[in-house]
Amino acid sequence: MFTRLVYESFRRQARRKLLAGAAVTLGVAVATAMIAVATGIGDKISRELRSYGANILVTPQEDSLDLEIGGVNLKPPSDGAYLNEADLPKIKGMFWRNNIVGFAPMLPVNAEAAGQTNVAILGTYFAKHFALGKEEFVTGVRTTNPWWKVQGAWPDDESSDVLLGEELASQLSRTPGDEIDIASKPHRIAGILSTGGAEDREIVAPLALAQQILGRPGAVRRVYVSALTKPEDALARRDPRSLSGEIYDRWYCSPYPQSISFQLEEAIPHSHAEQIRQVAQNEGTVLTRIEGLMLLVTLAALCAAALAVSAAMATAIFERRAEVGLMKALGAGKVMVAAFFFAEAALLGVLGGIAGFFGGALLAREIGESIFGSQISIEPVLLPIVLALAVIVTFAGSAAAIRRAVLLDPVYALRSEA
Amino acid sequence: MSSQSGVVASRRGSGKHTSMFLRMMLRAAVLRRGRAASALLAMAVAAAAATAMLNLYVDVQAKLSREFRNYGANVIVAAKDGKALPAETLAKVESTLGNRALAVPFAYVVARTASGQPVVVAGTDFAQARKLDTWWSVSGWPSAPQQALLGDRVAAAMNPEGKSFDLTFQGHTIHLAPAGTVQTGAAEDSRIYLSLADFEAWTGVQPSTIEIAVSGSSGEVRESIGRLAAALPAAVEVHPVRQIMEGEARVLGKTRTTLLASAVLIIATAALCVLATLIGWVYDRRRDFAIMKALGASERLLNGFFAAEAGVLGLAGAVVGFAVGVGIAVWIGRANFHAPVAPRFSILPIIVAGSVAVALLSAVLPISLLRRVEPATILRGE
Repeated sequence: MFTRLVYESFRRQARRKLLAGAAVTLGVAVATAMIAVATGIGDKISRELRSYGANILVTPQEDSLDLEIGGVNLKPPSDGAYLNEADLPKIKGMFWRNNIVGFAPMLPVNAEAAGQTNVAILGTYFAKHFALGKEEFVTGVRTTNPWWKVQGAWPDDESSDVLLGEELASQLSRTPGDEIDIASKPHRIAGILSTGGAEDREIVAPLALAQQILGRPGAVRRVYVSALTKPEDALARRDPRSLSGEIYDRWYCSPYPQSISFQLEEAIPHSHAEQIRQVAQNEGTVLTRIEGLMLLVTLAALCAAALAVSAAMATAIFERRAEVGLMKALGAGKVMVAAFFFAEAALLGVLGGIAGFFGGALLAREIGESIFGSQISIEPVLLPIVLALAVIVTFAGSAAAIRRAVLLDPVYALRSEA
Repeated sequence: MSSQSGVVASRRGSGKHTSMFLRMMLRAAVLRRGRAASALLAMAVAAAAATAMLNLYVDVQAKLSREFRNYGANVIVAAKDGKALPAETLAKVESTLGNRALAVPFAYVVARTASGQPVVVAGTDFAQARKLDTWWSVSGWPSAPQQALLGDRVAAAMNPEGKSFDLTFQGHTIHLAPAGTVQTGAAEDSRIYLSLADFEAWTGVQPSTIEIAVSGSSGEVRESIGRLAAALPAAVEVHPVRQIMEGEARVLGKTRTTLLASAVLIIATAALCVLATLIGWVYDRRRDFAIMKALGASERLLNGFFAAEAGVLGLAGAVVGFAVGVGIAVWIGRANFHAPVAPRFSILPIIVAGSVAVALLSAVLPISLLRRVEPATILRGE
């Protein structure tokens, strides 16, 4: 009898149920989408923050001091130590390899170019392809330094074409496609580079070309690594050598700038890796702020959705006083009537909750696609939690209205005079 | 209820013809206060959510911009070819930008240590540099003359014991005591920093670079660069730090868009639920509607009555919701940015207009449905 009452109520008053159900579905969908966005935003913004450039610098362990003023290196190229280019693919073999967005080796040399002596030439990767088993990995300054703009084309890493810094190009009046003599050999200028930094007065060349000019095949002066990291906390700042077993494992297996630097040192022999504090430190602060903001907004959204659903549920029940009156006039007890309405509310909560969850997941995916160009996915584990929340909210929203409906004298209710 | 009717009865004597309209509205609100309150609550929740989200959306740029200024200088003023800047440049920069900017001068030379090793020595204003470069990890800032801040690598390479040392530049020697070390992971680690006064007295070299952190949106920063370029002589270059400017624009843009998408979602949900609640409320009163019609009320009066009711509800909900929403925005600002979000009263008209529009819409829809129905049919309860 009870199940038939509920079933018939859904069958015969489909329009009214649809309205309340739509409110629940909408509320749950927004709540789900907001939860997904709030949990996914850290990862997305972390990737966007990589547009600030590399956050870890790898240098030779026994290096002499840098003599750098305003981005111009004054150190004689013969001075100091080098890293080995052959060790670089090992970066993508370490524990946190999936957090490495990209890396770019740098080798500054000086050479005679277009009749000028001592022109700074920077050897690097532009978009170098690495084969790692079945996967392919592309890295270079195009990944690590997204603010570098090229007019013309980026040179191929295997070619001997070069990029000419903006200021140098206007000084020598060269355009893309022209040739330039570097160390008495002609090279094609693929494009004109604009960075807003010291590179505007330099020639940027494929790494192999710089190594050839220096006469040291395989030499790399430093490597800029762009890694996705976790904001630093008290554990991150501790010295790994002072940590014992379990804590050391936790430190090693968290993507702190420090632990990734530590692993880079392990991967590349005779190297010293250090976080670039300007980028790494501020990344943590900005990330914490944005995550916090979205968390609070989600909290506010959950409250608003809950209240909106409650209001809609209360209205839906209020409309049915006459029904309550009839049930009571026919001899239904208060408990029976309340149970009937709660059963309906629970059913609405579950049905609306499931529909809303999938709608919300779709919504979150759309938001991710359109804003960040990558999907925001929601953990299926959250489904039971969201469902429970939906049922609780529909219950809470109905409770007051159900109480009033149940306490109402059937005579008034039937005469619609409440 | 009896005390209420007493109040109304006492008013009856003084009432003119127009007060009938007001009385109908008042009685409608009082007699069905449960329904009216739940409609008002829904309205207020929607308005509060909208207010909080719009306030945050407007203010988040300013709040996050402040966080982004921790990345340091976004504008650099430098003399062409690394020469010294004209003496009054710093004063000009500060007078042009006022208190919206933090300007720190830097001077550089390559000096030699006692053992003949070359090292970059920089002179700067420590108090300002400390504010600009918040990411510097410094063990002790120099506080007295003849004290130096040693880069981490310099300290490790040539002065591991922390003793005082000599530096030589073009035949002049200065005796310095290390105050602490600085670690940044970048070029600063290979430099020695002195106070600008010590540096100029020793080398006679003037600052060649001024690093400036200009606050504000990217448009405002660009405008500041334009003003600086106009105020300074042609031999001085003013250029933005592209890495910082572009990174900030990108992250800020994405954050604001995400916030906007969230705001649209939340406001749409709240508005739709208000619509559902109010339609239910008005539809529920079809008997009132029928009685009024049966008693000879004109179509215009009926429309006016329900519209006025909806308008009042929308207005009241908007005002209550605005106050609550501002409270929420302030709380979020305090909790997350440690600074309250300033209430934007420019949002109030939008909220009021939106609320009244939603309320009117939810009154018009059921009435246009009911208009075609004969009053007798409604009164018979069919």
